[in-house]
Amino acid sequence: MDRKIGIFICSGCDIGKSIDISRLKAVAEKHGAAFCREHPALCSKNGTDFYYSELENKELHGVVIAACSPRSKAGMFDHDRLLTERVNLREQVSWVMEPGHQDTQSAAEDYLRMGIARVAGSARPVPFRDSYHSSEILVVGAGITGLTAALEADSAGYVVHLVEKADRPGGYASKLAGQIPYKEPFNRIADPVIFKRIEELGTRKNINLYIKTTIATIKGQPGNFEVTLHGAYNGTIRVGAIVTAMGMKPYDPSALSHLGYGRLPGVLTSVEFEELIATRRYSEIPGRVLFIQCADSRDREHLPYCSNTCCGTTLKQATYIREHNPSAEVYIIYKDIRTPGLQEKFYRAVQGDDAIMMTKGAVTGVNPNGNQIDVEVKDSLIDEQIVIPVDMVVLAVGMVPTATEDLNLQYRQGTGLPELKYRFPDSHFICFPYETRRTGIYAAGTIRAPMDIPSCMADASGAVFKAIQCIEAVKRGEAVHPRSGDLSWPELYMDRCTDCKRCTEECPFGSYDENEKGTPIPNPARCRRCGICIGSCPERVISFKDYSINMMTEVIKAVHIPDEFEEKPRILAFVCENDAYPAFDMAGIKRLSISPYVRIIPVRCIGSVNKVWISDALSLGFDGILQIGCKPGEDYQCHYIHGSELTEKRGKNLQETLETMMLEPERIKTVFLEINEYDKIPGIINDYLEEIELIGPNPFKGM
Amino acid sequence: MAGITAAVELAEAGREVVLVEKEACLGGNVVRMNSYFPKFCPPNCGLEINYRRIRSSRRIRILTQSTVEHIEGVSGDFSVKIKTAPAYINDLCTACGKCAEVCPVERPNAFNYGFGKTKAAYLPHEMTFPFTYVIDGTVCLKEQCGKCVEVCDYNAIDLNAEEETTVLNVERIIIATGWKTFDAKKIKNLCYAAPNVVTNVELERLLAVGGPGEGTLKRPSDHEIPRTIAFVQCAGSRDENYLPYCSAVCCSASLKHALTISERCTDAQISIYYIDLRVSGRNEDLLVKAENNKNIRFIKGKIGRISESDDNHDLEVEAEDILSGRKIKERYDMVVLATGMVPNNPLEGIILTDSEGFLVENQLEGIVTAATCRKPMDVSESVKDATSAAVKSIKTNF
Repeated sequence: MDRKIGIFICSGCDIGKSIDISRLKAVAEKHGAAFCREHPALCSKNGTDFYYSELENKELHGVVIAACSPRSKAGMFDHDRLLTERVNLREQVSWVMEPGHQDTQSAAEDYLRMGIARVAGSARPVPFRDSYHSSEILVVGAGITGLTAALEADSAGYVVHLVEKADRPGGYASKLAGQIPYKEPFNRIADPVIFKRIEELGTRKNINLYIKTTIATIKGQPGNFEVTLHGAYNGTIRVGAIVTAMGMKPYDPSALSHLGYGRLPGVLTSVEFEELIATRRYSEIPGRVLFIQCADSRDREHLPYCSNTCCGTTLKQATYIREHNPSAEVYIIYKDIRTPGLQEKFYRAVQGDDAIMMTKGAVTGVNPNGNQIDVEVKDSLIDEQIVIPVDMVVLAVGMVPTATEDLNLQYRQGTGLPELKYRFPDSHFICFPYETRRTGIYAAGTIRAPMDIPSCMADASGAVFKAIQCIEAVKRGEAVHPRSGDLSWPELYMDRCTDCKRCTEECPFGSYDENEKGTPIPNPARCRRCGICIGSCPERVISFKDYSINMMTEVIKAVHIPDEFEEKPRILAFVCENDAYPAFDMAGIKRLSISPYVRIIPVRCIGSVNKVWISDALSLGFDGILQIGCKPGEDYQCHYIHGSELTEKRGKNLQETLETMMLEPERIKTVFLEINEYDKIPGIINDYLEEIELIGPNPFKGM
Repeated sequence: MAGITAAVELAEAGREVVLVEKEACLGGNVVRMNSYFPKFCPPNCGLEINYRRIRSSRRIRILTQSTVEHIEGVSGDFSVKIKTAPAYINDLCTACGKCAEVCPVERPNAFNYGFGKTKAAYLPHEMTFPFTYVIDGTVCLKEQCGKCVEVCDYNAIDLNAEEETTVLNVERIIIATGWKTFDAKKIKNLCYAAPNVVTNVELERLLAVGGPGEGTLKRPSDHEIPRTIAFVQCAGSRDENYLPYCSAVCCSASLKHALTISERCTDAQISIYYIDLRVSGRNEDLLVKAENNKNIRFIKGKIGRISESDDNHDLEVEAEDILSGRKIKERYDMVVLATGMVPNNPLEGIILTDSEGFLVENQLEGIVTAATCRKPMDVSESVKDATSAAVKSIKTNF
């Protein structure tokens, strides 16, 4: 071996009782280790002292530490200078396999060889640095969300460019008469906060406001976005990250003619009604007003979701009516009154007014009757069928996120942010709500989910923090979420590229652009380091310094395949390092029994598995290949959005490979496993071993 | 979740963070949950990513089993006094598990809300982070026993360890102390004392793979699989006698529970008693799924009374169906109380609160409150609020 590798084996936690360490050391020496040291407790004070002193003054390429899971005692053996690789002898060998058994020993020896191969095939990553780095932030939209984002960024010491297409900042929030109560005692309508924020804006030197301006193009990558503005201001600015706060549009009421909109003059939307109040046209509000909640919302035909704010808005508008006309009667027809949190107190206050009558029910007709409007309501709390005569009907309309195409991203995958269901541009809205699929571009406010003003303000602050964080990470040459801190990045060996466009199409984050010929142009700072492009490339063009086709091929070759007559099958399992790998560790912690015939290779994402790895493994004599990834589909759990979906899609291609190799389709199997489903692991492997046993050993064995 | 989020987000922006946690492991309430709404995904999935981010950032110091005793100073120069429970097991622990094997003392499994038992030396749960065993000093026999000390090969156990006090100097403080579930014992008519009446948080553990039923829901009294289950929404919430507010998450949580149970046990009959069904935004999909499920029934009405049958711990639920005006009296194998959120206040008297005990957003300059200690919200909102607190904590001007 030309690359010098030092090896440490820990015999603690019963590893030494389960595995013959001297034989393991012999394996290390046979594979040309620079040295191989054993310690009874490598993580003890004495152990780490030993570790670091052994490494002193040694010229090494890297270190292999055969001990517990890399998830345990993390950081303890990290070395500034050296590649370090952990071989998981504890959770994934000695805790799950029969102590002292030859098969357990073989597993341990294979894993050690695999670890050595992994280090030998890797190089220390060199951080990516672009030609230019900007720490400035672009905020798109100067509504309550954009304004807040700009102010917060400025307060944290960052220069902001705030772009607004209208002729003044403020957005929809500045058109409100008042705000739903958001602070103690929660029973009085609040003054809109927006005007104070607009005032504050004038005092900040580091916020550049561009009104009557839109975005012509955005090019580049985090740390170095080139933004061309068009309109009252024409020019180009460079920013490091972007907050998209383009807000919402009220649902188009022309689709609500069944509720009288456009048909009857006395029917208007909650947005139009708000304008009456905000512009003090109280005289236009008649004595009997009926509100229809969820006029468009919670309705598969219109908006399937709840817009979260319409109930509060109606209660607010009803309060205004009653304040200005003590003899007015107000009716509210609802499905459910949704006043979450302390807004409940506002609801209670409104309930105290007898002239505001609320009932659950479904509106079945809005009909003219002379000068008045008859509203038919079914299944109400009052009666099965009632008709309420009123003078005005207000339709509580929900929010539709603004389309992000206007960002005009010059990305091969499109000008806007990729969207999930209902056009909200996010990717993991529960745990990581700000992660869009465009690195360095964060969505905030009603573009991301329906929300009220205080919520928009919190959202703006969060999104701008992510923007700041991205700028700082890119400056250090590090990846952002979820492989935060990763210094590796994809490098392309263009001589072999056939312009097949798979990488440019399949990258979940749109990292690759294309020239006219279709040749990929990488933008490493957009990359999240999932390696899905490695999985997509048929020509083995793409590699990371510490994650590549060749490295993995060497890892696979490191496994010793027993010959056919030993009747010991070998299964190779590519497992997602984010969820399946920890699940295997859990199985170990629970001391479940796992077959010693399986060899696990953690991968960055199941979507990063290249076909070559599979065909190599099969031609080396592995009897079956398992790919264990995260759940795909609408409720996907893949941290890289569609890694597991791609694995499914590529399955067909793999079957063709099997056909050409004259192998059975069962030789490759894909399983989706949640991180908590560790209890299923022994069964998954045993079932697969049975399947393999039925079709017999791989004929390539020993060839 | 909020504290972890604020810490990792700040660390990745280049800041040094100390994360103070009163429990032995991180993850608060969410790490005990079986799944999240609306995706039915396991919380450990996102937590694991965050644990990895903590490991790789190297800018976060974690103090578990620690509480803040006192804060003094001003923004930019706070002095924080922290009390840490005795570290009977220190960070030399490899989590090999020998101590628990020999430990003769058992205690209720606190992680599983008292369902099942652990030894006095125990691993909080299988995904626990930091990954180390702990000893419950309140039940450990200490020097009278010492068996764990004998078997520990790593000098990780010191039964004479003492409580420690640390004083930290920090520039900013984020309070993300979260919530506890409303004490259902206080609700007079809902019979929480009965073994088969459980709260929504207890149900999370009853459903979890790491819970007492190992993934199979069994009712506590006889470990039988319940076939009829009632959910009582607003158990103590929206009620002037208990919690006057709405906790914003209980409706979605119950829909998630009902759908999970229905999927695992296809003949289970589930009734949901509610006042209003409050599910926010796209969580509406859950409601649609539940409404289309023929084994899930909705009854608009508040519960009058729940009583336990004399023979087999079944439950009798009395309610009024508001839509039909009829009185209902039905028998169930199990009842789940959708109890609300009560904020945790780490420093009573020092931290400003509103009339319901929630920590107000604007504290002393340089102190930011985040997530459910501030107002009721779901996980996604908490993450967002914590990230927002992060930017507030790096402000250079106020």
